[in-house]
Amino acid sequence: MRSEKQMVAKVCILLALTLMMVFPAMAADKVLMMATTTSTDNTGLLDDLAPHFTKATGIELKWTSVGTGKALKMGENCDVDVLLVHAPPAEKAYVEKGFGVNRREIMYNDFVIIGPDRDPAGIEGKNVVDALGAVRDKGAVFASRGDDSGTHKKELSLWKATGAAVPEKESWYVQTGQGMLATINIAAERNGYTMTDRGTYIKYADTMKGNPPLKVLVEQDEILLNQYSVLAINPQRCAKAKIDLATAFSDWLAGAEAQGLIRNFKLLGKPLFVPNAK
Amino acid sequence: MDFIFVGFIEAFSLLLGGDDQTWSAVAATIKASSGSMVASLILGVPLGFTLGYFDFPAKRQARLLVDTALALPTVFIGLVVYAFISKRGPLGEMGLLFTLPGIAIGQTILALPVVIALSATAVESMDRHLRTLLISLGANRRQLLLSSLWEVRYGVLAAGLTAYGRVMTEVGISMMVGGNIKWHTRTITTAIALETGKGMFATGIALGLVLIAIAFGVNVCLSFLRKK
Repeated sequence: MRSEKQMVAKVCILLALTLMMVFPAMAADKVLMMATTTSTDNTGLLDDLAPHFTKATGIELKWTSVGTGKALKMGENCDVDVLLVHAPPAEKAYVEKGFGVNRREIMYNDFVIIGPDRDPAGIEGKNVVDALGAVRDKGAVFASRGDDSGTHKKELSLWKATGAAVPEKESWYVQTGQGMLATINIAAERNGYTMTDRGTYIKYADTMKGNPPLKVLVEQDEILLNQYSVLAINPQRCAKAKIDLATAFSDWLAGAEAQGLIRNFKLLGKPLFVPNAK
Repeated sequence: MDFIFVGFIEAFSLLLGGDDQTWSAVAATIKASSGSMVASLILGVPLGFTLGYFDFPAKRQARLLVDTALALPTVFIGLVVYAFISKRGPLGEMGLLFTLPGIAIGQTILALPVVIALSATAVESMDRHLRTLLISLGANRRQLLLSSLWEVRYGVLAAGLTAYGRVMTEVGISMMVGGNIKWHTRTITTAIALETGKGMFATGIALGLVLIAIAFGVNVCLSFLRKK
């Protein structure tokens, strides 16, 4: 009995030790901390880009993916060095306030409005303003991010474009407060509509094995363009912000290699983002 | 509903197949929770013993405070810790945000009340006759204290295990303070939250099973301490 106990004790200690040893901290001396949006992370784009960036520059990229609103806030608090976000009006205001510098457009995709196949509000093929008007008149379920993300800001601007107030307190207007894929899933569960960036939608269709319950109903409206930009955090406000690494990242993203990687990043054979750095 | 079944199968392949991402999350979880458990036991057991063993003024109020702290929501702890260790916060210079030590600090705050309250209860429920017996046997103050400590060891172990359960399973602190950074601060629970958010339910369930397996392992190890 005693030896058996001792053996278990030994195994436990050994297990604990190996767990501690097996994972050495990945110590790169140059670490760039980025706050980005859920769409760049959830689609897998950053997982694809990051190793190439590290290879090209020797800089390790770490990122936390949150809504654009929270990402901007993290930059304002000097907690990150660089941002990759998609809310142009908010970004421009951010640069004007002196929080961010060197805003640079990197790529775009577009937003689409998706909904159930049977399309209860009959929005298929309409333009955005008419489609949202129809959803409102019908009182059809519409899932909103409700989290101050870039997508949410965009959606609010679309409701305003219809000329009426945002349906903030309507029972059919479901504010999830969660990421894009989570919101799509909620819309699907409720048989409702939602607005999403195309990249996340393609990823969603991919996880549904190409047969998603929600289909693209409204697209190709100019108002739906979704521009992603990179911003460095202002080193004059945040002394510790690594402006040199942030600039290296920005230059790399705008360079031929990264732009090519973005162009070739596909799911279900469809490109998710269109590179447009100048 | 097949994702539940798929989740079970995936759990095994993740663990046995040596999936890098899973093991990285396992390592992050174990590192952060070990740090916070060591800290909360070192701080909490003496405090809990003091609270249960000695009589001092405002003892009832201290007890009330500790018991209330048992209900601290993890997201709130996460928010407060974030505010303190953000570069703009009072401890910003230490660079703890988005690190495992940062998570461990938050989890220590989570575990501390559990350790204090449960060890205090263990001391309080100790056989009252023991004290009389020890004194009649001629024990001095120091011997009395040490034997009492030895006597409540199982209670303290239970306190540690309960605290460990809370620390291992919390998601609010890890998400707010750690930032769910892949290969660095992505713990099992934040990975579950992420996978669920992405609609990858099977992977989420698999990771949940991995977490339970670790808890089981820890309990098996500790149950041998108890049997001696």
